Amino acid sequence: MSTPDAPLPVELDHKRRRFRRANFIIGLVIVATVILTAILSAFWTPYDPSAISPSEVFLPPGSSGHILGTDQFGRDVFSQIMVGSQNALFVGVLAVMIAIVIGIPLGGLAAAKRGWIEDLLMRISDVIYAFPAVLTAILFVAAFQPGRTPAMIAIGIAYIPIVARVTRGAALSVFQLDFVTAARSYGRSQNFVFWRHVVPNILSVLIVQATVLFALAILAEAALSFLGLGTQPPTPSWGRSLRDAQTLISKAPGLAIWPGLAIAFTVLGFNLLGDGLRDALDPRLEVRNA
Amino acid sequence: MLGYVVRRFLIFLASVIAASLLVFFVMSVLPGDPAVVMLGTQATPESVEALREELGLNRPFLAQYFDWAWSAVRGDLGVSFFSGIAISGQIAERLKVTLPLAFMAMTMTILVAFPAGVFAAARHRRPGDTVVSVSSQIGLAIPAFWAGLILVTVFAVNLSWFPAGGFPGWDEGFWPAFQALLLPAISLALVQSAILTRYVRSAVLETLKLDFIRTARAKGLSRSAALWRHGLRNASIPVLTVLGLQFAALLAGTVVIESVFVLPGLGSMLLQAITRRDLFLVQGGAIVIVTFILMISLVVDIVYHFADPRLRAQ
Repeated sequence: MSTPDAPLPVELDHKRRRFRRANFIIGLVIVATVILTAILSAFWTPYDPSAISPSEVFLPPGSSGHILGTDQFGRDVFSQIMVGSQNALFVGVLAVMIAIVIGIPLGGLAAAKRGWIEDLLMRISDVIYAFPAVLTAILFVAAFQPGRTPAMIAIGIAYIPIVARVTRGAALSVFQLDFVTAARSYGRSQNFVFWRHVVPNILSVLIVQATVLFALAILAEAALSFLGLGTQPPTPSWGRSLRDAQTLISKAPGLAIWPGLAIAFTVLGFNLLGDGLRDALDPRLEVRNA
Repeated sequence: MLGYVVRRFLIFLASVIAASLLVFFVMSVLPGDPAVVMLGTQATPESVEALREELGLNRPFLAQYFDWAWSAVRGDLGVSFFSGIAISGQIAERLKVTLPLAFMAMTMTILVAFPAGVFAAARHRRPGDTVVSVSSQIGLAIPAFWAGLILVTVFAVNLSWFPAGGFPGWDEGFWPAFQALLLPAISLALVQSAILTRYVRSAVLETLKLDFIRTARAKGLSRSAALWRHGLRNASIPVLTVLGLQFAALLAGTVVIESVFVLPGLGSMLLQAITRRDLFLVQGGAIVIVTFILMISLVVDIVYHFADPRLRAQ
């Protein structure tokens, strides 16, 4: 792990440290709540989230045991929000996995080889970076059909350059360290050195980046489902629920509140967790930011 | 200096060529024959073949690309499958909505984020800083399109202060068009200003630790005078890169926001083109957006180089 070369955080203002720790704990609690909700909703929800009940349409929150009311088909909004968390986490995990599985080797290769290979890889990464996730998804949907898988792949591809750049930046400094030179002088291959010695030393940076990307992936999936390019019915999705709510905004404006709050709550949790992890895993950063 | 500009411009050109090749390749390997889409499923094989020949679809991939690229350089992006209208004209028309929207959102972002970021930095570790930090953390978590829906509900549906959607066009006068773009721009700026505030705050904090600020203070300048006269100007340099990235994000964000507010911009054009399987239009729109994003990156890099005397001296 990284060795602090700056004064240790003992000099930090205690109030500030408490504030940062509180952020981390709030983030952790929110993320844990979302994960537990997703697991719980796989086995239990107050009502069947897809059960249509024509006699109970547009019920206000709190009526007949429906905590958040019902939608235009009489479906329980709270149950739908609960099940929607599965979709958000599923998309987040897979999109970030795609970005990491491709981005880390690319960034590592650029840092290890340097020269024209590094230039070429970084220029390619710049070109891919110019394709925002929404645009990549539009191209994917043009190629396939609207759906969760193309959306997930598009989001993952859009984030590859970010992971590659972060990996390269962090790996470059580790490649300069003595123990890496020692490992190389033992005749270890660059591939071995990267995975065995460099990656464990940049893991904290990568974990923080993955947390931030997770939040971005959830936002991107919600936007794509809102546009009708992401998750398709009957799979419950927060973005899709907002799309449905848009057409009913003058009749039932409340329907647009809950899925949006669920997205914001989850993203806030991952952002706070990412900030907290950054402080916890890199004490030098904490000193700089204090 | 000129050498840097030329080198950076060449990288931009190479990136545009690579990006357009990528889009062209994706479009050319798509399932479905454009000639069949244009003529309909009832068309005879002979007429489909004749149209393929006319469109040059029977030629090798690279030959098709170079033809397309040469026409694109002269401002001709081909003709839409669906409407038969020139794609360049359609894009130019749509940009009259998308670009002003992005510029309005960017202006609002800067107007909110710079004062908020400097305010938070000046009140570092005090309640004012905490309020700004918490607000920007919340702003970061809000999806722009959700903010749009809430703004429509409050200001258009309930209060009727603004139109709920649609765009009257600039020919109807500046004010109605401006009014139609105001809520969409606020929705986009809400999220982007949260991001920029964090960057401005940390850039100003970093700058305030530097020696020249201490010198300015030692010469008798008040804390706020040192902050505004010297701190902000120096802190703006690293923020420039973030501004560039944000403008690119705004262009992408307009795709979603245009859908919330039913605006006839580039994003809604792309979405319609997808539904109609109008692949030439998707191709043209995508390449224009990517070229804009690469162009912003070029401008930011050059301005950054000019603004930072250390880089200029190299």
